[in-house]
Amino acid sequence: MTTAITVSGLHKSFGRTHALDGLDLSVESGEVHGFLGPNGAGKSTTIRVLLGLLRADRGAARLLGRDPWHDAVELHRRLAYVPGDVTLWRNLSGGEVIDLYGRLRGGLDPARRAELLERFELDPTKKGRAYSKGNRQKVALVAAFASDVDLLILDEPTSGLDPLMEEVFQECVGEARERGRTVLLSSHVLSEVEALCDRVSIIRAGRTVESGSLADLRHLTRTSVSAELAAPPNGLSRLPGVHDLSVQGTRVRLQVDTDKLDPVLRQLTESGVRSLTSTPPTLEELFLRHYQTDQGDVPAARRTEAAAR
Amino acid sequence: MSALAATRSGSSHLTGAGPLTRLALRRDKIMLPVWVYALSVSVVSTALSLEKLYGTAAERADFARSMSANNSLRALYGPVLGDSVGALTAWRMMAFGAALTGVMSLLIVVRHTRDEEETGRQELLSSAAVGRRAPLTAALCTALTANILVAALIAGGLAAVGQGAAGALALGLAIGATGMVFAGVAAVAAQLTESARLARGITAAVIGAAFIVRAAGDASAAGGRSPLLWLSPLGWPEQVRPYAGDRWWVLLLPAALTAAAALGAYALTARRDLGAGLLATRPGPAAAGRALRGPYSLAWRLQRGTLLGWLAGLAFAGAVFGAVAHGAADIVGDNERTQDIFERLGGSHGQAGLTDAFLATITGMLGLTAALYATGSVLRLSGEEADGRAEPLLACAVGRLRWAAGHLVIAFAGTAAVLAAGGLAMGLAYGATAHDISGRLPRVLAAVLAQTPAVWALTGVTVLLAAALPRYATAAWGVVGAALAVGWIGPMLNAPRWVMDLSPFGHLPKLPGPVGSAAPFLWLTALAVALTAAGLYGLRRRDVG
Repeated sequence: MTTAITVSGLHKSFGRTHALDGLDLSVESGEVHGFLGPNGAGKSTTIRVLLGLLRADRGAARLLGRDPWHDAVELHRRLAYVPGDVTLWRNLSGGEVIDLYGRLRGGLDPARRAELLERFELDPTKKGRAYSKGNRQKVALVAAFASDVDLLILDEPTSGLDPLMEEVFQECVGEARERGRTVLLSSHVLSEVEALCDRVSIIRAGRTVESGSLADLRHLTRTSVSAELAAPPNGLSRLPGVHDLSVQGTRVRLQVDTDKLDPVLRQLTESGVRSLTSTPPTLEELFLRHYQTDQGDVPAARRTEAAAR
Repeated sequence: MSALAATRSGSSHLTGAGPLTRLALRRDKIMLPVWVYALSVSVVSTALSLEKLYGTAAERADFARSMSANNSLRALYGPVLGDSVGALTAWRMMAFGAALTGVMSLLIVVRHTRDEEETGRQELLSSAAVGRRAPLTAALCTALTANILVAALIAGGLAAVGQGAAGALALGLAIGATGMVFAGVAAVAAQLTESARLARGITAAVIGAAFIVRAAGDASAAGGRSPLLWLSPLGWPEQVRPYAGDRWWVLLLPAALTAAAALGAYALTARRDLGAGLLATRPGPAAAGRALRGPYSLAWRLQRGTLLGWLAGLAFAGAVFGAVAHGAADIVGDNERTQDIFERLGGSHGQAGLTDAFLATITGMLGLTAALYATGSVLRLSGEEADGRAEPLLACAVGRLRWAAGHLVIAFAGTAAVLAAGGLAMGLAYGATAHDISGRLPRVLAAVLAQTPAVWALTGVTVLLAAALPRYATAAWGVVGAALAVGWIGPMLNAPRWVMDLSPFGHLPKLPGPVGSAAPFLWLTALAVALTAAGLYGLRRRDVG
């Protein structure tokens, strides 16, 4: 497999704000790559650098083997971009905007355009100001999915879409993958990422903190275990990888690094297991773990909330 | 709000009007004082300069007689109703002052009603404890505040410089009340359309029509006796006759029309949904036509309406001034100081050159007006960028230069087109009144078109700001405003040469007249090219979005 997007050591400052602080990103051709991070982590800044709208201060970025700044126009014939907040011209109809974007890219497949309008239930005759937020997103999504391009760059593209449309969106991304297109999907909708993405990169404060397949990432995080034992446990706290251990008589709750699960189970069976639930980490927990690091009190509250769910 | 909430029973529709009015005044804290100051100071300073120019009663009587006799001038300014300084000030400023106060009111009202709904800000506000009628009430209260200030400052200012207090109050109230009429018209227009731009256009067209009806009435009969004057709200101020009898009861007319328009607007508000207009917006085409295929056709599509409006506006102004020009020698008459001012503005000497001097003055004004068009047109670039519409376009296969060029071609070519329209209309009207179209039209048209390089030089500054330094793009209005101030007010104040030279217009020969060297045209054009190139160079290198 070739690499569609390579970013290494990317730096970008706006005044005193360091938006990107040595960011790395690698997206293989033909994969759907999830791009995750809290607000202000630098996702949109990275995407703007990849689109040649911003010039990086330091570091390297290659898009489809070329330089995103110098070869912007040639590259843009081969990609489609959907921003998180689409603004339209007030006196142009949605259909006109879709065609305009198509013509300004590599071209538009008319049959696919018609099919997408139907699936997204979008009226193309409305003027820009008459569309709701979700419908403005649909205009950009139809234009992107109907374009004949190799790469889709989607920056929180489903904000404002209802769950039915979210499903249509997921189908469209799936079809794009089947056609061999590469998708970079920045998103906060974790179910969407979980359903669509082959690999994900998590960034925080302008740096990549985790990158790999979801299975890889799960492996790095903790499984929560709660058990009702025949006798009070012993030695659990000495085991490596055990966190947040709480023992109330014969009831045990703990978190364990997923690759250290085996010794914990052995230790538990020694005391006799009456019941046991073990929950693999959700993407949300994985996510929160990275979002929360060094953020003070609020995340702690969020963590209990997440655990309660 | 608590006071309003307390009287809830009958007026819950108005709940929140108080805080909304304060919000509107706070948002307008720069725009509103600038308008009020400019309108009132221009009236008071006119009185001062008239007093200086025509110090004796005999001079004023002579001036008033020659003004009254000239049909074109009556059409432009209205009738001269007396020969006191106050009456002459009213004559000179009333029609334009009232129309401009109307423009101020329309901008205020639409900005706080339809603009708020169109951008979606009103939705959030209306979800709070805000009654259905509160936003319109707040907008009208803001307009009322502005108009009261205009009336008070005109009345107070004229009284303070020694013109009679009663006449001063009549003039102030006549202008302020007319402003409120158009606030009412704007309130209705804002209910009709979904687009703020269209609401502004409708109200501006009503003001224009009112001006034409008044001008026709004044042209047809001297002394304000035409019945047409009673049909136009812009004819009412002269019926008030400030400094010439002060007919106070006439003020009831604008008050009644304002009240009727406001009630109509309230009734319309009650019948429609938030964000909707009463005139349904027609659906657009489901697919783009062949023509819409690149940055040039897109820019044309976005700017053509505005360009057509400016073409019509400058053609109208050119025709009006062209029609007056033939009598210009009579206007200036024997008064030496007025001749002097015209000569400084227009550059020519002697009675024979006076018409040329007048034409040159108007030509310069058309040039300055065209600069306003060009600035607005170039600033579409920064508007597109700030509103987030440039980013997805530039993420298509559209280079930055092509994107910018689409708008810049329209700005530069549109400047020439707008000047050509003004020059053509002025030349035709002047030629028709002088019965010599073939002789006068080419001279006038060439003179107006010769302004183009100076407008382009100013436009170049705007391009540099909008393309290379978008954060400071609005400073372009300041640059154009300074050029306007130097060009319009400088000659009156007898400003030194170096001040006049700060404006690119100061370097052009006074045309029509002897052309002299071609050098200024060439280097102004070169300056425009250099500034534009510098702006585009910056655009290629900077971050976008």
